[in-house]
Amino acid sequence: MKIVVCIKQVPERDARLKIAEGGASIVEQDVATEINESDQYALEAGLRLADSQGGEVVVACLGPDRAEEAIRRALAMGAARALHLNDPAFQGGDGAATARALAAAIRLEAPELVLTGLQSDDAGWAQTGLLIAERLGLPSATLIMEVEPPQDGRIKVKRELEAGWFQWITLPLPAALTIQSGIYPVRYATLKGIMGAKKKEIRKLAPGDVGLAPEQVGRAGSGTEILKLYVPGKAKAAQILQGDAATAAATLVDRLQKEAKVL
Amino acid sequence: MGAIWAVGETHSKEAGSRLKGISHEVVACGQALAESLGKPLEAVVFSAEGRGPAEAAAAKEIARVRLIEDPGLDPYTPDPYVAALRQAIEAEKPDLVLFPHTYQVRDWVPRLAAALEAPFVSDVVGHRVEGDRVVFTRQPYQGKLNADVAFVGAPPHLASLQAGAYPGSTAAAGDQPAEIIAQKVDLSGVESRTQVLETFQAVADKVDLSRAEIIVAVGRGIGKQEKLTVVEELARALGGQLAASRPVCDNEWLPMDRQIGSSGQTVAPKLYIAIGISGAIQHVVGMKNSGTIVAINKDPNAPIFGIADYGIVGDLFEVVPALTAKVREIKGAT
Repeated sequence: MKIVVCIKQVPERDARLKIAEGGASIVEQDVATEINESDQYALEAGLRLADSQGGEVVVACLGPDRAEEAIRRALAMGAARALHLNDPAFQGGDGAATARALAAAIRLEAPELVLTGLQSDDAGWAQTGLLIAERLGLPSATLIMEVEPPQDGRIKVKRELEAGWFQWITLPLPAALTIQSGIYPVRYATLKGIMGAKKKEIRKLAPGDVGLAPEQVGRAGSGTEILKLYVPGKAKAAQILQGDAATAAATLVDRLQKEAKVL
Repeated sequence: MGAIWAVGETHSKEAGSRLKGISHEVVACGQALAESLGKPLEAVVFSAEGRGPAEAAAAKEIARVRLIEDPGLDPYTPDPYVAALRQAIEAEKPDLVLFPHTYQVRDWVPRLAAALEAPFVSDVVGHRVEGDRVVFTRQPYQGKLNADVAFVGAPPHLASLQAGAYPGSTAAAGDQPAEIIAQKVDLSGVESRTQVLETFQAVADKVDLSRAEIIVAVGRGIGKQEKLTVVEELARALGGQLAASRPVCDNEWLPMDRQIGSSGQTVAPKLYIAIGISGAIQHVVGMKNSGTIVAINKDPNAPIFGIADYGIVGDLFEVVPALTAKVREIKGAT
């Protein structure tokens, strides 16, 4: 089966973020990046299906030149080839603009399954996978914790609900799923995989290549606008305890006993 | 002038078809916006059968309840929900439609937004009104930054509200019950493509952390399963329970019944020690009401320090053993 997995390159979790001039974006220079966590799990779920059912995983990624690093890593993990939506017109888009572009690119591939992560660790809209599904007219399900091999044209998946509840459902193929972190342990790229990835095809796409006008994507194609990014005010001003480990630990125990009175 | 809609969420038939409490949080936000913008607030309630959930919504101070009643709405699947609310929005033309940011809303409202070509600002934690424009605050980058976001273009506009951002208890009750009107939708041509096989609760060996007085919680900063002993020893010295943030359970370093946060348990012990936990919102919603919160993390900018009472910035593999030794010392002395 042909599976498209959408991945996003995001700042590493521990990255120190600086707000860029203009106040509505972060400084991207020198920020270490990684593949968005739940997208890594989506990729793993796709690769497992392709391993067991035959077929290929095609990675789709919207981002500037630097995103090629994330794409190469996905190819090294086992994806067959990639679509890289890379054009200045794509930049600064919200979930809706990004999904419009990704959906148009995925339509060219006509896959049986589209997988995305549940949400991105940077913007965190938790929308893109479903926006793509609606644009492609595909049935969808979110927060997927298990995927069974398709049978008779339907796929059976386990959804995570709230408060420890789960649900088994089936959907007809082709379908779109958003994958929850933790679904399966994510594989490492092998040395052979890393070497092989260098020869795999990355197809660079501009808006015109997927049948869209520049004003339909990126900032121009967005229905929302970030006015300002800022460091949140702290709900509490934590007392930061100073000194080496032993000193700080001793101070903490003293405060917990005498001030907070919880020990 | 279009109305503001507060869309509620209803429990399944098995759970009694009641209106979920989080629906009142949406009404609370809607009331504030209706007041500032001078627009009427209406609640929208789905029911597979009966007026029960609509009556619960009608007790609040709102202009009216629009009840969308159809047997196809239970069990929940996305296709009929998208079709029903799309028809209602196209017929009544509200300006702003508010939802709770639940797992269920995340499963269908983005599709509705794409179907309507309507912008959708999700996971909102606050708002302000500037003239006739609403500016919503979100928490991107795992809560490290706040973003003020506005809609571009014509209504309808959609927004979902993070659980707890607008306390449901602040939703004002009405002097008398609001009128309930049937919002006609035609779902005869809508066949849900989703087939629900089974809904179940994972109960095996469930540890009830909500009763613990002291919780020592560990996050991805621990790095490896083998290193968990360092926090286990602290938990034992304190007589507390060991818990974890999601990544630790995703990696199967600890079982899922030890998980604190939106997809795990919600706790409020008298002492909560967060070790190697950055403080992503998904974790914080499960522990922010704890009595005293201690954070130990190597990143001084970790959001967890924003909700902690005491913080130690440092290497947990140095700080935690020192803390364990000190706790043993005082416990031995009393």
